[in-house]
Amino acid sequence: MQYQWDFAAVWSHFDLLIVGLIGTVELALVSIVLGVIVGFVVALMRLSHRRALRTPATAFVEFYRNTPPIVHFFWFFYALPILIGLSFEPFTAAVLALSTQSGAFYAEVFRGGIVSIERGQWEGAKALGMNYRAVLRRVILPQALRRMVAPFVDRSFELTKTTALASSLAYAELLYQAMQVNSITYRPMEVYTTIAIMYFIVLFAASNLMRLVEYRLARVG
Amino acid sequence: MSDTVIRIRNLHKRFGDLHVVKGVDLEVKRGERIAIIGASGSGKSTILRCLNFMEMPSDGTIELDGKLLGTEGRANDGGAARTYSESELCEVRTRVGMVFQQFNLFPHMTVLENVMEGLITVKRTPKGAARSRATEQLAKVGLQDKLHAYPGKLSGGQQQRVAIARALAMDPEVLLFDEPTSSLDPELVGEVLRVIHALAEEGRTMLLVTHELGFAYHFADRVVFIADGIVYETGTADDVLKHPTKERTQAFLARFTERAF
Repeated sequence: MQYQWDFAAVWSHFDLLIVGLIGTVELALVSIVLGVIVGFVVALMRLSHRRALRTPATAFVEFYRNTPPIVHFFWFFYALPILIGLSFEPFTAAVLALSTQSGAFYAEVFRGGIVSIERGQWEGAKALGMNYRAVLRRVILPQALRRMVAPFVDRSFELTKTTALASSLAYAELLYQAMQVNSITYRPMEVYTTIAIMYFIVLFAASNLMRLVEYRLARVG
Repeated sequence: MSDTVIRIRNLHKRFGDLHVVKGVDLEVKRGERIAIIGASGSGKSTILRCLNFMEMPSDGTIELDGKLLGTEGRANDGGAARTYSESELCEVRTRVGMVFQQFNLFPHMTVLENVMEGLITVKRTPKGAARSRATEQLAKVGLQDKLHAYPGKLSGGQQQRVAIARALAMDPEVLLFDEPTSSLDPELVGEVLRVIHALAEEGRTMLLVTHELGFAYHFADRVVFIADGIVYETGTADDVLKHPTKERTQAFLARFTERAF
C-alpha cells in the first residue's frame, strides 16, 4: 500500500480537536457525577422493601439495559422537547441521555456491592440499635465501596466512550470535531487515527490513575 | 417496675410455608439466666432472634418491662403479625443485646472501634467517654492488649469476646447469646464460656441458646427444651437435664452419652 501520510493537515487544525477533547471530558465528567446520583437513588429503591419503590427502579434499569444508547440521545434531543414544550442544547440532551443510562448501570454496581456484604453485618449493626441509615453509612457502605470501585471504573470508561454518540446531536466533542476537521482537510486516515490516539491516551492515563486509587483503597482495607 | 423483663405470648414464626415457631410462651425474670436447648431445626435460635427482632414474629406478642411492643397489624392467613416502627425496634435492640454465632464484627474497624460504634452512633456518647467505656469492656473480656487490632487478625475465641464486649458496652438489660461457641474450634470454647460465666455471676439477665449442655447446667437458673417449635419441657437445670420427665427430652439427652454434669 502506497499511502502518503500527511499529519500536517491535522496539526494545522489541532486546536479544533483540543476543543473537542475538552468537550468530551466535560460531558463525561458531568454525566458521571449525575449518573452516580441517579445510580445511588435507583440502587436504594431497588433494595427497598416497598414494591412501589422497587418496581419502577427495576423497570428503569431494565429499560436502559435493553435499548441502544443512541436511541436515548435522540429521544432526549428530539422527542422529550415535544413532550414538555422546551428544547435542549445538545450538551443538555447528551448529559440527560448519558447520566440516566449510566445511572441505570451504576445502580447495578452499587446494588451488587451492597448485597455482596453478608447479612451478618446488617444484623451485627442492627443488634446495636443502629437504624437503617446508620447501618448503611457506618457498616455496609464502607465495606461495599471497596468492592464497587473496579466495576464502577469499568462503567465510567464505557460512559466516556459513549460520549462519542453525542456527535450525532452536533455537540462539539472529539468525534464531532474530527468530522469537522475531516471535512476541511479530507484526511480521514490522519484525523481518525489522531483522535483514536487521543481517546487512548486520556483513557489509558485515567485507568492507570484508577488502578493506583484501587491499590491504595485495598491497602487501607 | 415488675421483675418480669420479657414476656412472650403465643409467639409464631413462619418462613413462607415453613412453620418454625408454633406458639411459644415464655417469661424472663430480671437477673434470670435461661438456657434454651433442643435439636437443630427445633426453632430455638429463631425464638431468640425474635426477641430483638432479627426475625419479625409472624404472630404473638412480646412485652419488654411490661410494655407491649409494636402495634396491632393486619390479620393475614397465618395470624396477625404486629407492626413495629424502626425507632421502636432500634430502642428495643439497645436494651436487648445479642451475641451471634458468627460474631458479626465489623472487619473495617479495629477492635476498639467495633466496641465504640454503638456508643457513638446510637447512644451519642462523646468520643472520649466511649473510648474509656469500650476499653473497660475489652479489659473485662481480657482483650486490653488487642485494642488496635483488626478482627481478621484475631482467633475465633478472641473475636467472640470482642462481640461480647461490643454488646456489653451498650449496657443492655437483657443479653441474648445465639450459639456463641458453635463456630469455634473446641480449644477456644472455654475462654468464651468463662467470659459468659463471669457475666452470669454479675446478675445480668441472659438467654443462651447452646449445644453445650454441660455449660448450660452450671450456667442456667432455668432450662427450656424446645422441640418442633414449642416449649416442650422447662424447669430448673437439674429438673430438665438430670431428671427429664418427658419422652423427647429424655431421647435428646440420651444422645449426649458423656454428660459433663
